[in-house]
Amino acid sequence: MTEVLNSYLTSNLIVLSLLLGALGLWRAVAKNRLWSEALRSVYRRRPIAVWVCALYLAVGLSDSVAWVGGAQVGTDAVASHQAKTVLDRIFGDTKEKSYSAPFADAEFYAKSKLRHPGSHVLGTDILGRDVLFVTLKGVRIALLIGGLTSLISIPLALLMGVLAGFFGKYIDDGVFFVVSVLQSMPSILLLIALITALPKSTLSVCIALAVTSWVGFCRLARGETMKLRELDYVYAARALGVSEMRIIWRHILPNLTHLIVITFALTFSGLVLSEAVLAWLNIGVEGSWGQMIAQAKNELSRDPVVWWNLAAAATALFVLLLAINLIGDAIRDVLDPRTARERQ
Amino acid sequence: MLAYILRRTAYGVLVVLGVLFFLFALFFLVTKPDDIARKAIGDKAMPAVIAQWKKNHGYDRPLWPGPGHMKDNMLVEHYRRMLTFDFGRSDADDTVILDRIEKGAGPSLSLTLPEFVLGLLLGIGLSLFVAFFRETYIDRSAVVLSVLAMSVSSLLYIIGGQYLIGKELRWFPISGFDPSWAVRQRFLALPIVVGLAAGIGSSVRFYRTVFIEDIYKDYVRTARAKGAGELRIMTRHVLQNAMIPILTNVVTEIPFLLMGSLLLEASFGIPGLGSLTVDAITGNDFATLRTMVYIGSLFFVAGQILTDISYTIADPRVRLD
Repeated sequence: MTEVLNSYLTSNLIVLSLLLGALGLWRAVAKNRLWSEALRSVYRRRPIAVWVCALYLAVGLSDSVAWVGGAQVGTDAVASHQAKTVLDRIFGDTKEKSYSAPFADAEFYAKSKLRHPGSHVLGTDILGRDVLFVTLKGVRIALLIGGLTSLISIPLALLMGVLAGFFGKYIDDGVFFVVSVLQSMPSILLLIALITALPKSTLSVCIALAVTSWVGFCRLARGETMKLRELDYVYAARALGVSEMRIIWRHILPNLTHLIVITFALTFSGLVLSEAVLAWLNIGVEGSWGQMIAQAKNELSRDPVVWWNLAAAATALFVLLLAINLIGDAIRDVLDPRTARERQ
Repeated sequence: MLAYILRRTAYGVLVVLGVLFFLFALFFLVTKPDDIARKAIGDKAMPAVIAQWKKNHGYDRPLWPGPGHMKDNMLVEHYRRMLTFDFGRSDADDTVILDRIEKGAGPSLSLTLPEFVLGLLLGIGLSLFVAFFRETYIDRSAVVLSVLAMSVSSLLYIIGGQYLIGKELRWFPISGFDPSWAVRQRFLALPIVVGLAAGIGSSVRFYRTVFIEDIYKDYVRTARAKGAGELRIMTRHVLQNAMIPILTNVVTEIPFLLMGSLLLEASFGIPGLGSLTVDAITGNDFATLRTMVYIGSLFFVAGQILTDISYTIADPRVRLD
C-alpha cells in the first residue's frame, strides 16, 4: 500500500486526475453565473493573495510530477535510476558538506571552500542541503497535508451531516453520538493518540487530522440540512414525488456548496499549523516546514547563530497561511450572506 | 433544571463510555498488545520476555469477552480500570500513572491558570476597545494584525520568546521550573507571555465579531436614544448580551486548565501533565496516553454541563428543560 502510494507513477496519476478535476470544476464554475461572479469578486478583493496561492500550487505541482532518467554527469548509478521531480531537476546537484550562510563562498564553521560558491540563496543546512530547495520541497508537503486531509474529512462530514440532518431519528442519534464522542476528546490528545497508534506515514497523519477535523463541519452541515429540509421547495419536490436521494442531490447539496468552500478555505491553515505542532512533538510528516522549524530551534543556541533555516521555513509557512487566511475571509464575505449583512 | 442537568449528565456518561470504547479500539485492536510490548522492550526481545512483560502489565488476557472468560478479558478490564481510576503502571518506566498525574497537576495549573485569566481579560478588553472604535483605522489595523498573528505558527512564538527575552535580553530564564513559589514565578513568566502572545490574535478576532454583531442591534440604539454614554453601552449593554458566546468559549476551557499546555510545558521544561503526555509520546507509553485522553474527555463533558449551567446565571431568559 505505502509502496504504491510512494511510487512516482501514482503521484503523476494523482496530479493528472487533480488537474482534470480542476479543469472540470473551472468549466462548471464558468457556466454558473453566481459562482463565477463570486470568484471574480474574491479575486478583486485579494488579488495578491490569490497569486501567492497560485505560486505555491505551481511549486507544489512541479514537485509532484516526476520521471526517471536524465541524470547529471557525475552522479552514481543508484541516483540515476531514481525518479526526479521537476523541482529536483531545476535545482540539480547542490549538496554541500555542512552549514553555509546565504551567498557564502565558504562553509560557515569549517571555512573550507564550497562546491558551488555563492549559489545558495538561503544557505545550506546541517546536512549541506540547499535551504531554498528544502523549503520549496516543503510546499508540496504542506499542500498535501491541507488538501488530502480536506479530501478525506469534508466528504465524510458532508455525508454524515446531511444524512443525520435529513433523515433524523436513529441516524441522527447515531451520528450525533459519534460526533459527541470524538469532540469530547481534546483534539491535540486525540491526534497524538491516533498518530502513535497508526503506522508512521504521511497518510496516517492526514487520516488523524481528518478524524479530528471532520466533526466541526459535520455539525454545521447537519444543522443547515435540518433548516433546508423544512423549506417550501423541498416540500414541493416531495409532493411531486421526487425521491429522497434526488431531493438531497438536487435541493440540499447545492445549498451547502458555499459552506463547503468556506470550510475548506478556513480549515486549511489550521491543518498546516496543527502539523507544525505535531512536527515539534516529533510525530509530524517528514520534510515539512514544521519539522524544519523544530530542527532549526537548536541551531539558535550555536554561536554565531544559524538563522536562515528557521527564517526560510517560518517565512514560507507564514506567507502561505496569510494568503489562505485572507482568501478564506474574502470567500466567507462573498458567499455567506450573514457576514455581508453584519459588515455594513 | 435539575432534570435537565441529570439528563445531560447521563448523556455525558454515555459519551465517556463511547470514548473508552474508542480508546480500546485504538490501543488494543489497532495496536495489538504484542506491538505495545515490542515498542516498550525492543523489537528483538525473546517471546518469553514479551509474554512475561504482557503478564506484568495485564495485557495477556483475551481481547473480547467469551465463554470461560466473561470477566477476565481486556475489554472488561479496560473499562473497570478506567472507571475506577486505577490506571495501573506506565508502559515505559513502570511508574504509577495516577501518582504522576497528581504530581503534574500543580505545575500545570500554575502555568495555565494565570495564562487563562490574563488571556481572557486581555482578549475581551482589547476587543471591546477595538469594537468601540469600529470602522476606524484602529479597528481595521487590529483586524489586519490579528490575521497576521494567526498566520504565525505557535512554535515561532516559543522560539522567538526564548531567543529574544531569554537569550538576548536575559530578562527571564529560557526554561526550567522550581517547586518554591518565589523562584517559580521567574520561570513561569516567559511561558505565560509566550502563551498570551500566541493566543491573542484569534481571541481578539473572535470576541470582536461577537461584539460587533451585538453593536448593531436595536437595544443598543434604544440605549443610545435614552442617553446612555458609549462607554456604558459597551460595558453594560453589549458585554452583558455577548455573555452567551463568551461563556461557550470560556467555561469549557476551565477544566482543561488542569491538563496543562502540551507545547508550552514541553518547550519550557515545566514538569506538568503536558510534559507527561509528551514523555508518553516519545516513550511509546500507551497506558499513559489513553489515560490522558480519557481524563481529557471527562473534563470536556464536565465543562459542557458547567457551560449550560452558566448560561442560566448569565442570561435569566435561558431556561434549561
